[in-house]
Amino acid sequence: MSRAVAIEVSHLGKAYDKIRAVDDLSFQVYTGEIFGLLGPNGAGKSTTLRILITLLHPTSGSAKIFGLDSVKDADRVRQTIGYVPQERAIDRFLTGREHLELLADLYHLSAEEASTRIPQLLKLVELEAHADRPAKTYSGGMKRKLDIACGLLPDPKILFLDEPTLGLDVQSRLRIWDHVRAMRERGITVVMTTNYLDEADQLCDRIAIIDGGRIKALGSPTELKVGLGGDLVSLTVREQDRVEALAAAVKTLPAIRAVMTKPNGLDIRVDSPEKALPAILEAANRLTCQLEFIDYHRPRLDDVFIAHTGRSIKDDQPNEDDQ
Amino acid sequence: MKEYWQEIRALTMRWVRRLSREKFSMLFTLVQPMLFWLIFFGNLFQRAADMQVTQASSYISFLTAGVVVMTVLNNGLAGGVDLLFDKENGFLERLMSTPIHRSSVILSRFIFVMTITSLQVLVILGVAWLFGVQPVTGLLGVATILFIGMMFGVGLTAISMAMAFSVKSHGDFFSVLGFLSLPMIFLSSALVPLAAMPGWMGFLAQFNPMTWAIDAVRPLILQGWTEALPHVGMVIMVMVVFDALCLYGGARAFRRAIG
Repeated sequence: MSRAVAIEVSHLGKAYDKIRAVDDLSFQVYTGEIFGLLGPNGAGKSTTLRILITLLHPTSGSAKIFGLDSVKDADRVRQTIGYVPQERAIDRFLTGREHLELLADLYHLSAEEASTRIPQLLKLVELEAHADRPAKTYSGGMKRKLDIACGLLPDPKILFLDEPTLGLDVQSRLRIWDHVRAMRERGITVVMTTNYLDEADQLCDRIAIIDGGRIKALGSPTELKVGLGGDLVSLTVREQDRVEALAAAVKTLPAIRAVMTKPNGLDIRVDSPEKALPAILEAANRLTCQLEFIDYHRPRLDDVFIAHTGRSIKDDQPNEDDQ
Repeated sequence: MKEYWQEIRALTMRWVRRLSREKFSMLFTLVQPMLFWLIFFGNLFQRAADMQVTQASSYISFLTAGVVVMTVLNNGLAGGVDLLFDKENGFLERLMSTPIHRSSVILSRFIFVMTITSLQVLVILGVAWLFGVQPVTGLLGVATILFIGMMFGVGLTAISMAMAFSVKSHGDFFSVLGFLSLPMIFLSSALVPLAAMPGWMGFLAQFNPMTWAIDAVRPLILQGWTEALPHVGMVIMVMVVFDALCLYGGARAFRRAIG
């Protein structure tokens, strides 16, 4: 299936003084897909998003949105996109309806267009009953729904979402996911940043793993997991001084791809668990190495993340500002 | 052009709505200058102030011009606060991601601040009138006072917005604001005529644009057109330079922040 390109990013770079927030980024987003920028805080994903929505100028390279340059054709880009910033970007004194009315004027909608579209959107995000209350009385989930309604107001071809479910409870989160999927059904291309692995895994059609301003991996969640090769067997060993000996023994076994030692055990990537597992257990037995715990699982997105960045996404401290 | 107007009107309405939802804040902003400065300060110093020095029939009548310009000062310097909050919570980004003229946000703020300030100046002149201060130049004089106030206010609001776009945190913004506002008042002819100041203060006060504004507003209230006109001509020239500098700085700060 050949797919039309919605966004073309080539050799994009953004430096602040000497810090390279984004470094030589190239990727494409296809029309009609949900594309995720996944990375820890400070990885450069928000900077990338801000360049795409014309709020930042790149210091090198370019980003084209439906063929329009994010810098030179900024005004026309702004007419084709919708943006859903993080939840705080709400005027607490305005009501939900007033937010939409304000934006309707900023997108130059006529009074008739605004008066048909605003009630439709309020209905879509289930905010009709609360439309005339000031936003300061809204819950986190309601604010996020209002955000999405604001993003959809210009009837955009592409919608950009910045950390759409950050800080939301589980129920609101699932609801937001449904909304995002519904947008894809309507033919809208969605680009979102996230630092939640499960969100990237379940919601996005394709993801770019970004760390240190560079793309570490790109593909659908399934491709990335398969690309990692093999399933994972994790062993926790009772006597830690036996780990090295066990690692040496396991490496010689058939159907083993890679062995990584941890202080208290091994992570083993295997081709076929049916063959590998008995062999591993037998090796441990032979060395009289007692196992405390065995875990076997198919590769998860966090394994992909660790394999490409060398660390877990949760390693760093949470930090609100991702610049 | 139609689109430009649509944006500016919508953004200005937003400021009006915000103000109307903050009733307490509105009340206090409106009442504070006349209550604190005009009524308390004016009456308190009635007998302490020397009529020979102030050259006015009462201290309140002398002070009125000062309070008018002080109000312009405070409103102008605080004019960028809402944009500062917009910048901090990301609302500004939301606005900037829409296809609006970059200047609409700024213009809406100028229109709003100037309108509120003019209303406040009228209220102050009204309260002063209750205390027996009647501008001798009449309605045209009042219009001239409003015009001078706006010229001064534009530059101040530009400084405030420039600061809002440049500061790292809003703590910095309010520190600078607090640091700037009182010395500006004391080092001006708002409370005491320059001639009666200690030499070094009088010297510094000459360089304060606020002094020029007050020196033009005061004869419009107390003396008459003949005395006022040279000062009005002078303050217009000073303000053109002042506004040009402030707007230039403001535009630079804005461009750096918004890109």
